[in-house]
Amino acid sequence: MSILNQFKPEFWQKSELSTGPFRQMFNFRRIWKISVLLTSLVTLLPLIFITSIDYNFTQKSIESENLLRTLRIGSNAKRSISFFLSERISALSFVVRTNDLQELSQPERLRTILTNLRDSFNGFVDLGVIDRNGVQINYVGPYPLEGRDYSKQEWFKEIPHKGFYISEVFLGFRNVPHLIIAAKYTLPDGSFYVLRAALDTTRFNELLRDFELSGRGDAFLINNEGIIQTPTLYHNPVFEKISYTIPAYSTHTEIREEKNKVGEDIIICSSYIPDSPYILIIVKEKDELMKSWRETRFQLIVFLIISISIILLAILGFSTYMVNSMYLLDQRRLSTLHQVEYSNKLASIGRLAAGVAHEINNPLAIINEKAGLIKDIFTYTDTCPQNSRIIELIDSVLASVERCGKITKRLLGFARHIDSAIENVRLDSIITEVLGFLNKEAEYRNITVNVDLADNIPEFQSDRGKLQQIFLNIINNAFSAMDVGGRLYILVRREGEGHVIATISDNGCGMSDTDLGKIFEPFYSTKTKTGGTGLGLSITYGLIQELGGTIHVASRLGEGTTFAITLPLQPPNKSAEK
Amino acid sequence: MHVLLVDDEKEFVTTLAERLSLRRFHVDFAIRALDALSLAEKNVYDLAILDMKMPGTSGLELKELLEKIQTDMKFIFLTGHGSEADYVAGSSESACYLVKPVNIDTLIAKMHEAVKP
Repeated sequence: MSILNQFKPEFWQKSELSTGPFRQMFNFRRIWKISVLLTSLVTLLPLIFITSIDYNFTQKSIESENLLRTLRIGSNAKRSISFFLSERISALSFVVRTNDLQELSQPERLRTILTNLRDSFNGFVDLGVIDRNGVQINYVGPYPLEGRDYSKQEWFKEIPHKGFYISEVFLGFRNVPHLIIAAKYTLPDGSFYVLRAALDTTRFNELLRDFELSGRGDAFLINNEGIIQTPTLYHNPVFEKISYTIPAYSTHTEIREEKNKVGEDIIICSSYIPDSPYILIIVKEKDELMKSWRETRFQLIVFLIISISIILLAILGFSTYMVNSMYLLDQRRLSTLHQVEYSNKLASIGRLAAGVAHEINNPLAIINEKAGLIKDIFTYTDTCPQNSRIIELIDSVLASVERCGKITKRLLGFARHIDSAIENVRLDSIITEVLGFLNKEAEYRNITVNVDLADNIPEFQSDRGKLQQIFLNIINNAFSAMDVGGRLYILVRREGEGHVIATISDNGCGMSDTDLGKIFEPFYSTKTKTGGTGLGLSITYGLIQELGGTIHVASRLGEGTTFAITLPLQPPNKSAEK
Repeated sequence: MHVLLVDDEKEFVTTLAERLSLRRFHVDFAIRALDALSLAEKNVYDLAILDMKMPGTSGLELKELLEKIQTDMKFIFLTGHGSEADYVAGSSESACYLVKPVNIDTLIAKMHEAVKP
């Protein structure tokens, strides 16, 4: 807490004074809060607003870019696969058109064609010629399939209508996945024969694997029932069913979002390969695709947090500085006001005292003369016999009148200088005058006052009234700090050519270092409980400055306090002129 | 020594006049400035003791008027007040300034001092 307190601005540390003569006109904490709040709102709201718009916009554009890219890849893959199949169908059609049944029935010829096809196009495994009855009349390839009857098979029933055929992938005799393609040739008499070839799926799989798919992408083919036709990277093995919904038929490449088995968001791109039983499926994990977005998002959030922190720091610092400056100015204004008020009060008291002293002096003079006359009558005439008792009594009256006269003279002398200006002054007479006011108190409390004035202190030009106030304030404070039997030393010495230094030391209660640092601040008082205003030393400080002097204080708690006042022998404006 | 005593406080002026008379001074007194001026026209005074504040004419004004009648007259001012202006004006002249109540011996000393050639 103490570390925190060190950073607390002055206006925050002071308790609010809402009543009384020293009340502040402004609630500085409230001004600070409003300033911080409004500036923060005005600066941070647009920043947060713009950042959130940017956040959403960037997220959406990255998402749509990912969808678009996947769609494009799907579309390209569809074209490639479609081209792969149609190219081979076209090759078979070409062979069947350029060779008649007789030529194709010759095993050597068919072998040559197979060899040529293998050289020109990848993937051809075998080649067979089937007559209109579905019987394979010629065959070249690794299996003994010659004479095999296909008339009962579905594809053979379809081929007279379609003209060609592409099978699904199956394992066959070799237990190796492959597919069948076939092309029909219609003879002039209306009969037909069919050229049939088995294709190795290796080339097919390579084609699918070659697409560069980011985001744990997987591209494979399924049939209309959802059975996987080609190997997958992250999904079920070939000939098992996919775990996603089979896409509805569409001539276009479609894209949709779904959740996988573990609940992660995925993007599925699907496309029906024309004239085949295949559906191309591309699956991507959305989370992986959005990896770049996450990096951007992190940077965006870090940027926002850093910006907000810097702005808040700047706002806090600036508002605190401004409000504190306002507070200090207000304090100075209040202090000046109170100084004026205090001086006015002193002046009023002075005038009142002068008035009272004058009014008292006249009747006092009459008492003096009357008593004097009584004494004269006893002394100078023979009318009344000498009576020592009466003379004693009259002397006592005269002594009391003289005492009263001294008091009123002192009052008049003090009041005379309240509004005074620069004149010739003697420090010894000022100190004696001030001590005169405190003599009785010193007597009652048994306080010893020692005045040690050097002989070389000249009469000098200064403001008598101000000097009286300065010494009265400091000696008064010393009296307050001392207990019964205290000792006060006043030492006046010449300081160089142009200055005198007056040191006032007491052996009173002293002050702590904390108090010592603040005693000249206005409204700082250690005597608040006994009615101290906290203005005495502040005003003293101001008066000494006005006279061109300085004041220093040293104190030890429990041991006493020493004030050292240095005064110039020339008033400040005259020194400046010189 | 012939002394003119002027003060608006009758009690004060009569008593002081009597006390000075007892000390063998020739004292005339007045409680108004006009009376003082007519006395000055009739008699010659070595010294005038004037109150600073009197109704109508102040001590300083009366001093100027008396000086016109008797140029070599000396002055002592008495006052119950201690205002700066009175003090400066009083002390700048060859006059003496005393604040009431005044010890009779002090006053006599000042009187002798004032008339000393």
